[in-house]
Amino acid sequence: MLRLEALHLTQGDYTLTADLSIESGARVAVIGPSGAGKSTLLDLIAGFQMPDSGRVLWNGQDLAPIPPGARPVSLIFQDNNLFPHLTVAQNVGLGLRPDLKLDAAAKKAVLRSLERVGLAGLGGRKPAQLSGGQRGRVALARVLLRARPLLLLDEPFAALGPALRSEMLMLVGDLAAETGATMLMVSHDPRDAAAMADQTITVFGGRVDPPRDTATLLSDPPPALRGYLG
Amino acid sequence: MAQRAQPLGAGIRAGAVVAALVLLLTLGTLGAVFARAEGVVALGPGDWAALRFTLVQATLSAAFSVVLAIPVARALARRAFFGRSALVTLLGAPFILPVIVAILGLLAVFGRNGLLNQGLQILGVAPLSIYGLQGVVLAHVFFNLPLATRLILQGWQSIPAERFRLAASLGFGARDVNRWLERPMLRTVLPGAFVVIFVVCLTSFAVALTLGGGPGATTVELAIYQAFRFEFDLGRAALLSLVQFALSALAAVLAVWVAVPAFGGAGLDRVPQRWDAGGLACRSADTLWITLAALFLILPLWMVVARGLPAIPQLPTSVLTAAIRSLLVAVSSAFLMLGLALPLAIARVQLGRGPAGAALEVTGALSIAASPLVIGTGLFIVIFPLTDPVALALPVTALVNAVMSLPFAMRVLVPALREAEAAYGRLADSLGMSGLARLRLLVLPRLRRPIGFATGLAAALSMGDLGVIALFADPAQATLPLQLYRLMAAYQMDQAAGAALLLLALSLLLFWIFDRGGRGHAAT
Repeated sequence: MLRLEALHLTQGDYTLTADLSIESGARVAVIGPSGAGKSTLLDLIAGFQMPDSGRVLWNGQDLAPIPPGARPVSLIFQDNNLFPHLTVAQNVGLGLRPDLKLDAAAKKAVLRSLERVGLAGLGGRKPAQLSGGQRGRVALARVLLRARPLLLLDEPFAALGPALRSEMLMLVGDLAAETGATMLMVSHDPRDAAAMADQTITVFGGRVDPPRDTATLLSDPPPALRGYLG
Repeated sequence: MAQRAQPLGAGIRAGAVVAALVLLLTLGTLGAVFARAEGVVALGPGDWAALRFTLVQATLSAAFSVVLAIPVARALARRAFFGRSALVTLLGAPFILPVIVAILGLLAVFGRNGLLNQGLQILGVAPLSIYGLQGVVLAHVFFNLPLATRLILQGWQSIPAERFRLAASLGFGARDVNRWLERPMLRTVLPGAFVVIFVVCLTSFAVALTLGGGPGATTVELAIYQAFRFEFDLGRAALLSLVQFALSALAAVLAVWVAVPAFGGAGLDRVPQRWDAGGLACRSADTLWITLAALFLILPLWMVVARGLPAIPQLPTSVLTAAIRSLLVAVSSAFLMLGLALPLAIARVQLGRGPAGAALEVTGALSIAASPLVIGTGLFIVIFPLTDPVALALPVTALVNAVMSLPFAMRVLVPALREAEAAYGRLADSLGMSGLARLRLLVLPRLRRPIGFATGLAAALSMGDLGVIALFADPAQATLPLQLYRLMAAYQMDQAAGAALLLLALSLLLFWIFDRGGRGHAAT
């Protein structure tokens, strides 16, 4: 279970507060207007920012002393998910060892995860030689290989067209289901929440509300959300 | 901002070690010179003359370079013509051009038997001398007019093309455009350009050594060299080092006070459409300025090539061995520079804003105002009790050269690293990439191009350097620039021409190879 315990972060005149729990294996969307603090919330969980007070707990363990790379977290960013100077296989392999010193078993695992996302045989290419959708799949192959229990996505695949994007999101859902990962996805689009997430967290003006059932939330939105949805 | 509390990583520690080394070399050597100075010596009249000359020549050099660069830059900014981009590229060349080579070329044009005086003789006018103040200023203008032109051209190109369209729609003529668009831009650009050139000319050594000298035309740097090499008067050398250091401090204050422009160099290729400069007078003036500037730059270099080519097959072994020695020094110096610059740049970017980062920034830029002669003298004093400094002449030269090109490397590497970290730093963090793995898999591949450029610059600068080596070396260890200087001093001008062409070719070749290596099979 992911628990955000009385989290409090102030940056200039902006304050973010959160106090909530997310069940293991849940799929949660995080929606709200830009600048409300969605990405900051993800940064706090991933370890890129530290709260002024409060704790981030995973299964009861305080994550504060753990650097980003060692947290039980896999990340998909908006862009720059791949190193352009490394091959597809190297980019995926980084999920196993950050120094890329891979033994035979590890290399085999890289090939398997590439196969799983439908990129068999493309391991030797550079990201520039792939389509946008394929690049997204490479990032997912790495997520699969890292097998961390918490998957954070920050407005993923924003550069893809709508059809490709929903296809990628389906794949993300499948992979999360396979590995039993808890999924937290930031989006500004309520349709993503409806399609992907059984629960939704809203962030307005730095206030993070606990997750609610997506369907009920969207069918009967509170005033702030109603204003945002238009 | 509550950033993740980062422990002092290996990167920052390595950067701190390098910073300490740079401080030791720039400030520590000054202390060493002082410790050895016996008794307090007052500045003699000769020393005051050197100080005065240094300031006068730097002021004149900067003023002429900037004033002459304005019409050249304006012409380049509003004319598209065949060969324009070649000329703009050529404007960058003096930076990696060995000073001594340029001086030989200038002598061929402006010297006693040079083209200019031959022409004057036909007209029956008394010959002009290239030695003394006018020669020193001429050489400095040769080196810095291109730099000033590039900086001012950048200013011109920073005026958005839409402004010129707006000006045209309002019916502005050349004079109105000048008043409302160009003069405000020049007011922001010129002081910076002036200061940069003034600072560069303050530490002038090779130019003063060859074209100056004597009581009327000795710079402080040259006076340090003479006090050390000819009189071995450490007290005077120390005092003069202090004077040079005070000059550098003055330069640093000036540079902080006046916003010094960055050498961007990007986007100098485009010429915005102009509606105000179509008149015949305007066009002929621009043509004249471009032609004059091109001649001034190309003719001396052409003379080096034309006179050097026939002498190449007969170059003596001493020149060839000196060339090999110089290549070794230049390549080691380039890698040494990289070994210093990378940790410094990494620590600089990791520390971000704040006093520690700013301190590193200053350290990295320190040697731009430091004097290689002072560093050399200090190192000599430190090494002397331990071992024979002459035996270490080449390693010391490589090291001092590396430190001297550090500021230029930092200017290229730090922004590139910052960009790489902004784009991929979080990804690397999230994957736990740190230390050597991060260096190998993120930093080196992303910085390949700027590293190639910076090491190429360092290699070329070291290849052509005639500074610290002149302090240390005995004839058996001459580098190519020093050998060339000796040939010139012995009036063996044919061999000197051949050696100069060889030096020119090797410097450009070194730069090209390193720079090329950084571009190799586009790895994006």
